[in-house]
Amino acid sequence: MERDTKIPSREEIRDILELRHGKEIQQKLSDARVAVAGLGGLGSNVAVQLARTGVGHLHLIDYDCVDLSNLNRQHYFIRHLGKPKTDALREQLLEIHPYLDIRTDTVKVTQDNVAELFTEDEIICEAFDVPENKAMLVNGIMEHFPEKYLVCGSGMAGFGDSNAIHTRKVMKRIYLCGDETTEAVEGRGLMAPRVALCAAHEANMILELILNIMQQGGN
Amino acid sequence: MITVNGKPEELEGSVTVKEYLESKQYRTDRVAVEKNGEIVPKSRYEDTKICQGDCLEIVSFVGGG
Repeated sequence: MERDTKIPSREEIRDILELRHGKEIQQKLSDARVAVAGLGGLGSNVAVQLARTGVGHLHLIDYDCVDLSNLNRQHYFIRHLGKPKTDALREQLLEIHPYLDIRTDTVKVTQDNVAELFTEDEIICEAFDVPENKAMLVNGIMEHFPEKYLVCGSGMAGFGDSNAIHTRKVMKRIYLCGDETTEAVEGRGLMAPRVALCAAHEANMILELILNIMQQGGN
Repeated sequence: MITVNGKPEELEGSVTVKEYLESKQYRTDRVAVEKNGEIVPKSRYEDTKICQGDCLEIVSFVGGG
């Protein structure tokens, strides 16, 4: 028999997060606005980690639906097959933290909509799959929003060599996570542990931006 | 001399960002370029010259996510 679970109140969840993370820290996390562009292996895992941490305003962007071929590494379940990733992920994030402010855009990010799509976000997590799309987003953000922070992923295919995955500041307000070389090719595909490692680097960098770098007004 | 991704490099003659990227086998549709701390928009690769003393940061993306 299924047990009825009472949904905890907003205050209960806030208190427990403050107890774990510290009151001041949690306030900054609750106030932060982060966009996740691409909800595949990187983006879905980044979003889950940010939701668990209580990052208050999340903006999820992806045009695609959950496919069986995604389940080897992306944070979705059988019940989500065929659903837009934005909806499937929002559903999960609200099960983790029911009081998050989650905006979704089920659209393909292009050169033409970058300027309107990201106006409200302070930090943008690049979590696309195709390298041309990664470059397009980074170039678009740099041109339209030089004041915003970008955290990108590049190089996380295969298995092993965990320590090759790193985080590096590559430009003013742009950080790159990954091994920077291992792309997904036939015979060396994307696998859950290494993709999740890279996603954790991105999420962890986002916390550092929210809690340290942006507080000091730095780059 | 110029500096590319933190390393010094000889610059022979005068080249544009586009020419430089191509000479180093970069895929121009997979990179982002900063020159002396400022972004070089893709539309300007062809007419942006690299001069002695310039400092370039080039990020090149690989697939997977």
